[in-house]
Amino acid sequence: MQTIRHNIPDNLLMSYAAGVLPQAFDLVVATHVSLSDDARARLAGFEAVGGAMLDDMDEAPIASDSLEQTMARIAGMKPTRRTPPAQGIFPEPLRRMVGGDADAVKWRSIGLGARQSVIYSDGDATARLICIPAGQAMPQHSHRGLEMTLVLQGAFRDDDGVYARGDIEVADQEVDHTPVAEPGEDCICLIATDGRLKFNGLLPRIAQPFLGI
Amino acid sequence: MLLSNDRADHTAEGQTVAPAARAMAFERERRREAVTAQDTIDVQWADRIAAIARSQDQAAFAEVFRHFAPRVKAFLMKSGADEALAEECMQDVMATLWNKAHLYDPSRAAVSTWIFTIARNRKIDLLRRYARPEPEELPWGPEESPDQADILALQQETTKLADAIRTLPEKQRQLIERAYFGDLTHSEIAAETGLPLGTIKSRIRLALERLRHAMT
Repeated sequence: MQTIRHNIPDNLLMSYAAGVLPQAFDLVVATHVSLSDDARARLAGFEAVGGAMLDDMDEAPIASDSLEQTMARIAGMKPTRRTPPAQGIFPEPLRRMVGGDADAVKWRSIGLGARQSVIYSDGDATARLICIPAGQAMPQHSHRGLEMTLVLQGAFRDDDGVYARGDIEVADQEVDHTPVAEPGEDCICLIATDGRLKFNGLLPRIAQPFLGI
Repeated sequence: MLLSNDRADHTAEGQTVAPAARAMAFERERRREAVTAQDTIDVQWADRIAAIARSQDQAAFAEVFRHFAPRVKAFLMKSGADEALAEECMQDVMATLWNKAHLYDPSRAAVSTWIFTIARNRKIDLLRRYARPEPEELPWGPEESPDQADILALQQETTKLADAIRTLPEKQRQLIERAYFGDLTHSEIAAETGLPLGTIKSRIRLALERLRHAMT
């Protein structure tokens, strides 16, 4: 397990524990936690808060044959198997969403050698994979809402330092940043946004509505 | 009352005591006085889940059911489900508990925590009609039999956390409750809970480290 330098903020872990994040963010958090023991332990702490609340709840009346009905349900079920950890660069939750590892992604060019693939989108938020060629800048952009960027392969650098596999950057609309992929491998990131990305360069801004970024 | 030492001796029988284990034994000794009735109860829940996993123990399941089923149902109703849906969904949660009993790791979560995560996931699947992305499972689990001292230590931290929640100022406690029952959006959730989460996190982090070392 690699050392994660940029971890996820507490409020997002707590929101995940409470189950109130849009699915695109759930996906990024679940993928990050798969790569970071520290995030896993912090998440477990927030889940323990939920457990303590559950334990403290006033009991609701249950059906008189509730236990029998549950036993009947169990009789028709198979024990849940442990899902083996994914091989490759996508941890299990992402692999499940994509339907495979990086080679299964249907990339679309977004110019300058960069590629993207929207893997999930609903009214609340969008999750996409982005691949930036090694050494190249991602088009400069800002965004209207929350943006979470998780590195899966390679690394990128911006004003806050270098982000490598497992590192996560959380930015809000205040941040106007220009990530640059580090030399070496192409940088693949999983990004969730709850607002559309807003590109600041003229060309990308014109292209934005057509590219669906 | 069942003390930690009794339990540890029981599980360590016939094994050579490694230096690390000896250090843990000292720590247990030091903690002995601090083992509360609640910790013992929590460890007993963990034992019952182990009995379900080991031998499909229906009596153990019935006890877990009696305590947790009405609470899970209350949680679901408080989160917006009507009575019939909450009953249905609760039965499903409890059945899932039976089927996942072998995946429960008492060194990383109290039983109440574990059941909360199952109930929460089920609630989301139901409300949003999608399978919620969950972190990858660790490639090991309770069958590698976690250290009893780890289990007890985690239960103690969980008890402390529960006590801390009960003694929070009313306004603060309500805010946390609203967050966990889904009354707040993620942008409204501030993580400054005033709760001692650092210690429980360190505990779990340690258990994870120990497990990873044992596996590699």
